[in-house]
Amino acid sequence: MGSRHFVIIGNGISGITFARHLRKGDDQARITVISGESPYFFSRTALMYVYMGQMKWEHTQPYEPHFWRKNRIDLKQAWVKTITFESKTLVFDSGETLNYDILVLATGSKPAFFGWPGQDLKGVQGLYTKQDLETMEAITSQPMEHAVIVGGGLIGIELAEMLTYKKIPVTFLVRENRFWEQVLPQAEANLVQKHIIQNSIDLRLETELKEILSDAHGNARAVVTSSGEEIPCSFVGIATGVTPNVDFLKNTSLAIGNGIKVNTYFESSLPDVYAIGDCAEFDQPPGPGRRTLEQVWYTGRMQGETLAYSFCHKPVTYQPGVWFNSAKFFAIEYQTYGWVSPEKVDGERDFYWEHRDGKVSFRMAMDQEGKILGVLNLGFRLRHEFCDRAIREKWSGEKVMQELGKGVFDPEFYAPYHLEIQAAYQRQFGGVFLPSKKSFFQKLFGVSQ
Amino acid sequence: MRVIQGIGLVLFLLGMLVFTVLPFLSSYRLTEDLVLDQVKETHRETLAELLQPMYGQVYPSTHAFLTAYSSNFDLYNEELKSKQAWDQVIWDDYGFALAKAAGDGPARAHPWTSLALSIGLVVLGGVLFQFAGAGPAHASLTHTGVFHSSLKNRGVLGILTGTYLIGFYVILYWFPAYLSPLVWMVEPIAQFLSGGPASQWFLYGLVYTLAIGVMGIRMVLKYRDNKYQQLRTASVVFFQTAFAFLIPEVLVLLNKPYFDFKNIWPLDYDFFYDYQMDTFLSSGGLGLFMLIWGILLIVLGVPVFTYFYGKRWYCSWVCGCGGLAETVGDGFRHLSDKSLKAWQWERWMIHGVLALAVVMTSLTIVNYFSSFSLLGQVTNQLHSFYGFAIGSAFAGVVGTGFYPFMGNRVWCRFGCPLAAYLGLVQRFKSRFRITTNGGQCISCGNCSTHCEMGIDVRAYAQQGQNIVRSSCVGCGVCASVCPRGVLKLENGSEEGRIHEFPILIGNDSIKLRS
Repeated sequence: MGSRHFVIIGNGISGITFARHLRKGDDQARITVISGESPYFFSRTALMYVYMGQMKWEHTQPYEPHFWRKNRIDLKQAWVKTITFESKTLVFDSGETLNYDILVLATGSKPAFFGWPGQDLKGVQGLYTKQDLETMEAITSQPMEHAVIVGGGLIGIELAEMLTYKKIPVTFLVRENRFWEQVLPQAEANLVQKHIIQNSIDLRLETELKEILSDAHGNARAVVTSSGEEIPCSFVGIATGVTPNVDFLKNTSLAIGNGIKVNTYFESSLPDVYAIGDCAEFDQPPGPGRRTLEQVWYTGRMQGETLAYSFCHKPVTYQPGVWFNSAKFFAIEYQTYGWVSPEKVDGERDFYWEHRDGKVSFRMAMDQEGKILGVLNLGFRLRHEFCDRAIREKWSGEKVMQELGKGVFDPEFYAPYHLEIQAAYQRQFGGVFLPSKKSFFQKLFGVSQ
Repeated sequence: MRVIQGIGLVLFLLGMLVFTVLPFLSSYRLTEDLVLDQVKETHRETLAELLQPMYGQVYPSTHAFLTAYSSNFDLYNEELKSKQAWDQVIWDDYGFALAKAAGDGPARAHPWTSLALSIGLVVLGGVLFQFAGAGPAHASLTHTGVFHSSLKNRGVLGILTGTYLIGFYVILYWFPAYLSPLVWMVEPIAQFLSGGPASQWFLYGLVYTLAIGVMGIRMVLKYRDNKYQQLRTASVVFFQTAFAFLIPEVLVLLNKPYFDFKNIWPLDYDFFYDYQMDTFLSSGGLGLFMLIWGILLIVLGVPVFTYFYGKRWYCSWVCGCGGLAETVGDGFRHLSDKSLKAWQWERWMIHGVLALAVVMTSLTIVNYFSSFSLLGQVTNQLHSFYGFAIGSAFAGVVGTGFYPFMGNRVWCRFGCPLAAYLGLVQRFKSRFRITTNGGQCISCGNCSTHCEMGIDVRAYAQQGQNIVRSSCVGCGVCASVCPRGVLKLENGSEEGRIHEFPILIGNDSIKLRS
């Protein structure tokens, strides 16, 4: 094929995974990765840990600088102003240009703002980029009476944890009637909400942001909520979701919907132009139950490796496997495998168990015949391989229960929650399996159930 | 709670102040009787005469006393050395013994009060500080703030702490006479436990054990939701208190050889030295048992336990150095260097020390059984070099003094020959590994940041690869800081333990080797 020049815009997980796998499969390719945000690939998910003094910035970078030289991946720190697709040319902010043979757009997302009055005031921001982290650090380094967070999802609760670290009191506005309503069933949401309140967060459900008020210097001084209440604050964290970062492409010949329109080969409307990760919008869902926009770390990584494979071997379509995701709400860990619907679905069987301390739970969704569709677990860890296999092979709920001990991924000597889960399942659904017994060590160390 | 924490801190600092000042509050008066009492029979006459000018004089400080001692004593040795009369040179250092015997001061007059006001206050203040600072019950394990801390992120407090520790170790190993006033205050405890006098090593052992105990409480509170951390902390506290501190002293009380049953060659580098062998072989059944026990640990204990559980069974559950690192050093774990370069240095250094220990010990054994005909006294010089460079400077001064600079496992990672031996077994023949949970890693880097051994855990985890590294001591903190529950320490089948070509779960498009 000779030496093609691949230019990747965006050095997040999608773009970098693509670049790495391309180099593994193609020794000849010339590879350039462009980012204005940071010279090196870093883990966006770790921004909160830098803020909380748990990591330093350099710890967020998974590869040392010599890695890029060794793998002949050229890094260029610059913002792309526009792209002339006809001549395959990128134009940078500086006026400089760069030509490509193949262009991979992996520009990610940006926080979604919904046109609230006052959203451009100082002290109002999302948390997505390195620059967001820096402005947030600068603003909250001053003593602060109060902060407000808008949006009951993953970034929202991260922001709450970050501000709590700085001992800044937080009011947390959630539009829906429960936290992370699109994903968490009511019982799990209750569990997480209790934990949020325990961490001294003023949680307001069914409350929307109406307006942000300004002081004389253009700083946020208060928010007005949908109930008309005015809450004084000098920081407003916007966490109402993300939207593809494609503004700079909007007046070009490239087809743009919510994101960059692609087929399951990641091909855009233009030749030799591809899009992967958060910014790519599929013309049809890539699998049953999947969305046309996938804005998750894991899917970005899979898309990057799939497209690289297509260039190095033969073109393949993107076929994600069993869904999975994970997060952490203050101290409570969340994992899900397969599909667990947040609302009751007719014809599905549903098993839910919660530990009496209210910090651990397990839910298994089953179809009409009792075959597993998915699990959602809080406060303890399950083995990905185990859950993936159970869902893929459509195990019966009973079989999942019988084998559950093998699926636990908690550290050694942890409380054997699966024993209680098995007993609860048997009480609700019966079944002939033998629940596991406490091991010698579990008895010896008196681990509580 | 904040007030109690503050009180704890003040008590702790007061105790440290008293501990630091006490050595300066002593005066010395030497008599001939004291010299005759402290000195070996063969040297009595010579020293009693040499030190004549000091008798009856009052020296207001340890330094003045030692200066006078040297000025009277050194000339004698120097003259013999210049005549090359090596066999007449007095190699023994009587500085500590004479200072301890000739000294007087508050710690000698009131040992219990001095002990209470120094080490006692440090322990009390430390315990108060830990309990009051533990935070509310729901506030689970957290490592936040370590990089905003002056103490824990090489700030002024960190530099001061490191300097203090380094100073303490330098004095302990090479100028112990300066610590003699502190040794007075632990004299009654030593008399009670072993029936004999306290040495600087007894003082050190007591301080070491208390430090592990107090900071062990911190560990248990910090990891209140983590049974693995609590159990292994309890284990190191137990082994330090019972095996390293109490049992050897009680053995002495019973007129048996001083012996730490959990110390293993080559960490216990003098195990095969001639004087040790003589002790084992001349102490009847128990002496012989100690020799056989020590050898069994080396040839059977290490490989068998490491095969089943990984080197963690020793390094983070039993070992004294590990015990200190995991308790006192826990707050510094993130300071270890994770670069590839550091790993390269590590492999050369730790295996170099292992090779040195093996060569030295082999020569020693050969020499011993050939009745010193082969090498004569050459092994002694090898021993003193190893003891100085590795045993004292590396393991002690650098090993602990560098906690606030390079993390809490500098010795274990770069120097410990036993860790090297355990690591070779762990790498090539063991059931232990850290498992990665399918495709759940988000490359955040918490695992690598908080790995005390400087392993870039993330490099494996983000590829879905098991972590099998000779240096891993199995502390379990990577699994605990991981916000996505990706890592788990496991003992399992050897098959598939090392993934050359791991596959991340979740993408059906391809089966890609990452």
